[in-house]
Order: sequence, then structure tokens, then C-alpha cells
Amino acid sequence: MSETLLDIRDLRVTYQTEEGLVLAVDNLNLTLKKGETLGLVGETGAGKTTTALAVMQLVPNPPGTVESGEIWFNGENLLKKKNEEMRTVRGNQISMIFQDPMTSLNPVLTVGFQIEEAVMLHQKLTSKQAERQARDMLKLVGIPEGRAGDYPHEFSGGMRQRVGIAIALSCNPSLLIADEPTTALDVTIQAQVLDLMRRLRSEFGTSMILITHDLGVVAEVCDTVAIMYAGTVVETSDTRRLFTEPRHPYTQGLFGSIPSLDEEVTRLSPITGIMPDPTELPSGCRFHPRCPMAAEICSQRTPTMVPVEEGHNVHCMIYEGLVEAKKE
Amino acid sequence: MKTEADNMVAPTGEQAPNTRKSRSQWAEVWRRLRRNRMAMLGLVIILIIFFTAIFAEVIAPYDYRTQNLMRVADPPSREHLLGTDDLGRDILSRIIFGARVSLQVGFVAVSISLIVGGTLGALAGYYGGNLDNVVMRFMDVLLAIPSILLAIAIVSAFGGGLINVMIAVGIATIPVYARIVKASVISIKEQEFVEAARAVGARDSRIIIKHILPNSLAPIIVQGTLGVAIAILSAAGLSFIGLGIEPPTPEWGAMLSSGRHLIRRAPHVATFPGIAIMITIFALNLLGDGLRDALDPRLKQ
Repeated sequence: MSETLLDIRDLRVTYQTEEGLVLAVDNLNLTLKKGETLGLVGETGAGKTTTALAVMQLVPNPPGTVESGEIWFNGENLLKKKNEEMRTVRGNQISMIFQDPMTSLNPVLTVGFQIEEAVMLHQKLTSKQAERQARDMLKLVGIPEGRAGDYPHEFSGGMRQRVGIAIALSCNPSLLIADEPTTALDVTIQAQVLDLMRRLRSEFGTSMILITHDLGVVAEVCDTVAIMYAGTVVETSDTRRLFTEPRHPYTQGLFGSIPSLDEEVTRLSPITGIMPDPTELPSGCRFHPRCPMAAEICSQRTPTMVPVEEGHNVHCMIYEGLVEAKKE
Repeated sequence: MKTEADNMVAPTGEQAPNTRKSRSQWAEVWRRLRRNRMAMLGLVIILIIFFTAIFAEVIAPYDYRTQNLMRVADPPSREHLLGTDDLGRDILSRIIFGARVSLQVGFVAVSISLIVGGTLGALAGYYGGNLDNVVMRFMDVLLAIPSILLAIAIVSAFGGGLINVMIAVGIATIPVYARIVKASVISIKEQEFVEAARAVGARDSRIIIKHILPNSLAPIIVQGTLGVAIAILSAAGLSFIGLGIEPPTPEWGAMLSSGRHLIRRAPHVATFPGIAIMITIFALNLLGDGLRDALDPRLKQ
């Protein structure tokens, strides 16, 4: 449809901890086209946030290191960039919305100043112009511009997240990474914030990576989805196809664990077991200890990517023809 | 949680700019401090001492150098409200001028150690690793020597005088501030808004100065206030043993020292400078304690 904005290839990020080396992200491949929204879905600890931080080159170091891989953004490998060059990308071309609006704003600075700061860092404007732009951004996210002089503690959670969005969009980035932007909010406010993000995204033409564990949010906002499990992507697809025909046993398990409005189900069928310990990841397919269809080969061989359809890729040996799919 | 509703009726920017009722964190702290009577008493005393020091020439009844050998060590009288010292100088005037020296030493010494110690602590806390190790081990070395001993060593090496005393007392307390600043920088740099600042592309220096330090001011202010008291006391101690301010500059510690041999015959010569020191330290401690309470987020409400 259009050209690729972000292309992550074979990314591997590790954290050095006292218990040993943690493989936070391994063998991760993702692509995002211009103007699209990608949902990055997975359980806590699946490596979603680490992936986002790797794109921003903000993986805390130590203990974290991006060991290998390439992150191509607008034709440039971000991992090859120097820190100083990266600074001009952050906030300017790629910006981020954080999970908890209660802690992601600086409590001692006015919200107006915090937006101005983002503007001033990347654009050659006088402080008057920056202030003007900060106020415009506030208006854009539905906050009266007269409140620019207020401090974060004078705002509600939903409004703070709007401020976070204003900061993120203030330099008109081409990629916006939203790390669970609605998790910390009330359900009613969630809808407002999502609406706002969707509206602004189309207004600004920004591509977006939306990190979430809420499949409802994905269905509402995203064009494509990548399902992550234990540091790697197990399935990517466009949203509609993923919801109608989930292919990977883990994805199927995820859908089995949410109540459906259409069918009467007395008991949900959660995925058995727990996320593997990231210091001792299982061999072969990471999901095999919990997989209802696991066969012997699953513990010995790492599955490769299988395109089951155009734009729908699955990492599972069922689709490589090596394992027989059981009917549940 | 009222904001969402407020929002609907809140005036828009066109009318709003002048009606900024916004209360910053510091306004909140001031409100809490004002309710603490003892802290306010301390603040008032310090302000009085401050103005006394500034307007010493106007307030003091006599020149601090004028000797009157006819009236040596006179007890308090109408002409000399606090009596005269061993050279017949007016003690009240000398205490008033002495406030200048003491406050100067207190604030300048604390500023020196705050700037040096704070910078080192902030760098060590923010970058961690080897830099942290080198800086903090050096601080440990300084800390291992009792601060008054260190100050004595510095003053005896470089000579007395106001400036040297301030530097000596300042250097001796550097590690205290380095530790405090480092501790609060470490706890704050883990917070999400620091990461957010990085994500907008802010430089390290900007993050430290604009984002981290303003958030770690609370313990620094408290320690600074108490530190002024300690510095005044150290300076008085240095002067007392004859290593501090050179006469005839009036300094409370030196005055105390010069009244020592008259303690039986004319106790007021040593007593009044001592009381001056005591009141100042007491007021600073009251204020410091009050600030500690006012700045403690757990006591909000």
C-alpha cells in the first residue's frame, strides 16, 4: 500500500541481572508502514516495552544492551546512530506516550512548560512562539489553553494523559509509540483518550505503535497486530484477520480467555501455566510448555516464520507442516 | 478529580492569563510552613538577625572598634545595654556587627559545600558506575576526618581570616551534601518523567538541572538550613581557639573566647555572645525542622 516507515530486523535485547542473563527480546521482526497503526500485544514481561525503548534507543544501560539486530527508520539504522544524533530523533521524529500519566509528568514544572520544552528542543523558535504552540497543542487535546500555567497535580488522570499526548505530538513526529496509554485510566476516560489519539493520528498522519494487553483497544484502533510472547513475535496480521482467524495456538488461547458477547460460555478457557522465567526460557518454541498442541519437535526446534496468507505470518510449526493440529 | 468537570466551565485562555490561581508545590509548602508556629518563630528571628546584620551601622549604638579603657568589663548599664568587654568596647554593638560575620560565614560556607558537594553528588547519582565510586570514595575520605578537625587543618595551613574560614568550613561539610544530593538524585532518576524527558530528546545536563534537581530540593533545603547553623557554630569554634576571624572584627566565637578569662569577674562578657550564638542556632534549627515537616509529602493534607 505505502512505503515502510519502521523495519525491525532480528532484534535482540538482553538484561544483565543477578540471576543471569535475561533475554528480554530475541529474534524480533516487525514492520510498520507509513500512516498505519500497529498493535503490539502480549502479557506483562513479553518484551513489548523493551522493544519500544530499543526503537527510542533508551534501553537502560546498564543493565540492558541491544545485542544485535537492525532498526530501520526512514531508511536509517537507528542502532548505528550516535547518542547526539539520536537526540534529534527522539521527541522530534519518534515520540512516546507513557503508561502512567501520574508519573510521566514532572510534578514541579507547569504543563505548559513541559510542552514548550519539547518544542524548544527541536525547533528554532523564540520562547514566545513556543509558548503559543504549547497553548495550541493544549487546545488541540481539549484542555483550555488558560491552564498552561497549572501544575500536573491540578489535573485528573485523563487530562494528564492528554498533556502527555500534547507533548508527544508537539513536534509532529512521524512515529508515535504509545506504551499502554490507557491502562492507568478509568474505562470511560480510556475511550476518550483513544478517540483523541485516533483523531490526532489521522490529522497529523502519524504512524503509531500501540503497546497494550487489551485486545479490545487493538480492535478499535489498530490496522495491524503483532502478538508477542516471551520476547518474540509469534503472529502478525491485519487486525480483522487476527480477530476472525487467529492461527497461533497462543493467539487462540488469548481469545479463549476473554468473554465473548456472542456465545454463552460458562467458563473461560485460560492458557494453562505461567509465562516462562526469562532467565530460563524453554528450548525450541517458547510456547511449547503451555501449548495444547505441542509435539516433541516443539521443544527441539525454533519455529520459523510462515506466511499463511498475504500479510499474515505465524511462527508455529503447525503451519510448517511439522506438527499436526489437534482439534480441541 | 474535580478538574474534568471544571474544565467545562473553566474560562478559556483569552480571559484566563491574569487569573492564574495555580498553586505550585512551593506555595503549598509555604502554606504548611506558615501553620507551624515554631518554624515561623524561627523564621522571624532569622529575619530579624538578617536585618540587624544588614543595617548594623544604623542600629548599633557605638562603633565596634571604639575602646574605652576607663570602662573595662563594665556590667550592663543604660549607656551600654549589654555592658562592655575587656577592652571597654560596647558588647551590644559588637554582637550586632558580629551577626554580619556569622551570617556570612554560615551562608557562604553552606553555599560552597552545596555547590561543590551538590554537583559531585548529582553527577555521581545520575551516572553511577565508576564516576560514582571515585567521587563517593573521595567523599568517604573527607568524611572520615571530623569536620571541625578538617577545618582546623585547612585554616592552619592557609591562615585565618573571613574568607579562609568560610572556605574551610565549606570544604569540611562537602561530603554531607554530596551524599544527600546523590541519594535523592538516585531515587528521582528512576521515575517515569525522567524517562519521558529523555524521550523528548533532552540532554543529560538539562535533565539533571531542570527535571531532577528541582524535585530533590526538599532534603537539600532542610539540610542547608541546618547546615547554616552548623557552619556558624564551626566558625565560632574556630574563632574561639584563635584560628578564625582576626580581631578587631567582631565574631561571636572570638568574643566568647576573649570573655573567657573574665568569666568570674564579669560573666556578661562571655554570656551575651554565647546567647547570640544560641538564639541563632536555635532559630535555624526550628526553621529547619519546620521545613522538614512542611516538605514531607507523607504529611500532606
